[in-house]
Amino acid sequence: MRLKRVFIPIVATLLFLIFWELVVWLNDWPNYKMASPSDLGPAFLKYWELFFIMGWQTLWRTVIGLLISILFGVLIGMVMGMSKTMREALYPLLVGFNAIPKATVVPIVALMFVGAHDFNTILIAFMISFFPIAVSISIGLSTLEAEYRDILRSLGASDMTIFWKIALPKTLPEFFGALKVSVSLAFIGTNLMEIVSPHGRGLGALFDSGKTNSDYPLMFAVLITLAVLGIVLYYIVVLLEQTFAGWAEKETY
Amino acid sequence: MSLIKIRNVSHAFESDDGPIKVLKNLDLSVERDSLTAVVGPSGCGKSTLTRLISGLLKPDRGEIFLEGEKVVSPRSNVGMAFQNPVLLEWRTILDNIMLPLEIVAPKMPKKEKVGRAERLLSLVGLADFAGRRPSELSGGMRQRASLCRAIVHKPKVLIMDEPFGALDAFTREDLWQVLLDVKAEEPFTGLLITHDLRESIFLADQVAVLSGRPAMTQYLMDVEFSEKRNIELLFTAKSTAMLKELRKQIRIAQAS
Repeated sequence: MRLKRVFIPIVATLLFLIFWELVVWLNDWPNYKMASPSDLGPAFLKYWELFFIMGWQTLWRTVIGLLISILFGVLIGMVMGMSKTMREALYPLLVGFNAIPKATVVPIVALMFVGAHDFNTILIAFMISFFPIAVSISIGLSTLEAEYRDILRSLGASDMTIFWKIALPKTLPEFFGALKVSVSLAFIGTNLMEIVSPHGRGLGALFDSGKTNSDYPLMFAVLITLAVLGIVLYYIVVLLEQTFAGWAEKETY
Repeated sequence: MSLIKIRNVSHAFESDDGPIKVLKNLDLSVERDSLTAVVGPSGCGKSTLTRLISGLLKPDRGEIFLEGEKVVSPRSNVGMAFQNPVLLEWRTILDNIMLPLEIVAPKMPKKEKVGRAERLLSLVGLADFAGRRPSELSGGMRQRASLCRAIVHKPKVLIMDEPFGALDAFTREDLWQVLLDVKAEEPFTGLLITHDLRESIFLADQVAVLSGRPAMTQYLMDVEFSEKRNIELLFTAKSTAMLKELRKQIRIAQAS
């Protein structure tokens, strides 16, 4: 059973690569139109050092942005989840802020904090990814049935005790669901800034230099690297979810 | 002296169309270690009554006393059970039952907590399910577990708000018996909100019929059986007469 769980995704990925190679080969596309998987190997070999340096840059900025998102998202979600007044006050602001395409904010932030490249990048990663977390926590807390509260409140438990013993664990499944979305969003944020920012670093900057030098296989290799990093972070979240909210998973046969 | 004494209690809820009066000059007393069933038309304020007694709500007027002490806030000598068993999915059944002890007696040694919870579990026939998750249990079993949690800290008063309302008829009858067995082993003073008249006379020593909203105590009936309670008693002429009278009172309450 476990073997199958590893085997199926690997076969699916291989099939996808073969299909990609085949499409490019059949259409006889040159690599500036569409690079094929066989072009990627040489690109990785040629720039492997850069991939490590830039990949690390992108990764740590994304993770820091995500951690700030979690802190801020949980905090604002708690405030909105526990107070109806705060919820009514903050929701329109949050929704409005979230509706602004972050691609339009990137140049503003880049200009505002010009030169502070790490800060810029983390800021955008954070701005783009905290919304799902804040919403999931606030909904999880505000939809907690009164009876759950009452079994502890009728014993004289404090609000803090109710939060730690009931509200927080009950919200964890929703929180992890949101975190999975936020991981991908944070990556988008990091890369937006890395691409736009002049003299940037990170995989976004590597992508940009590929564009400048018409090195198309390099651009595709960056995309694949981003996908791999995204998968790794996603599954780290899944692992955390199984550890802390595994109880929510129903047995399926 | 009555263990629960409700004196002249009135309560209203705020709504957009002004306050809605739920209870009006309600009086009710429950003797120590006895069980009082409260029946009445839907929406007459029975659940509000449970929240007032447990101190979760403060009455607009009137007073509620537990053991002669006025209720002003929630206190640890009350246990509550609802129609929804509200077990915590991330805890095992055993850990669920120990939850009130974590609040009321945080210093009690773990071994003692476990012993207490296990004793109650075997009392309701769930000894083999201590390590299971709530989702692995049937509705009736969950309600048994919920009952254990409600009395694990030995509360003076057990308040039950339609605890058997969502169960099928046979499971419900089983649980009536379980409740009586538990009460014989672990005496408590009980208040049972119910819609089921048969349930009320089978379990209670006193049945209170509330009037329609705003509710007051319309009718009180003492229930006494000369023999040990068993389900057969419900099919005697005496029970039929009691049920008829209660039904008549409910009709009057609905009309009011």
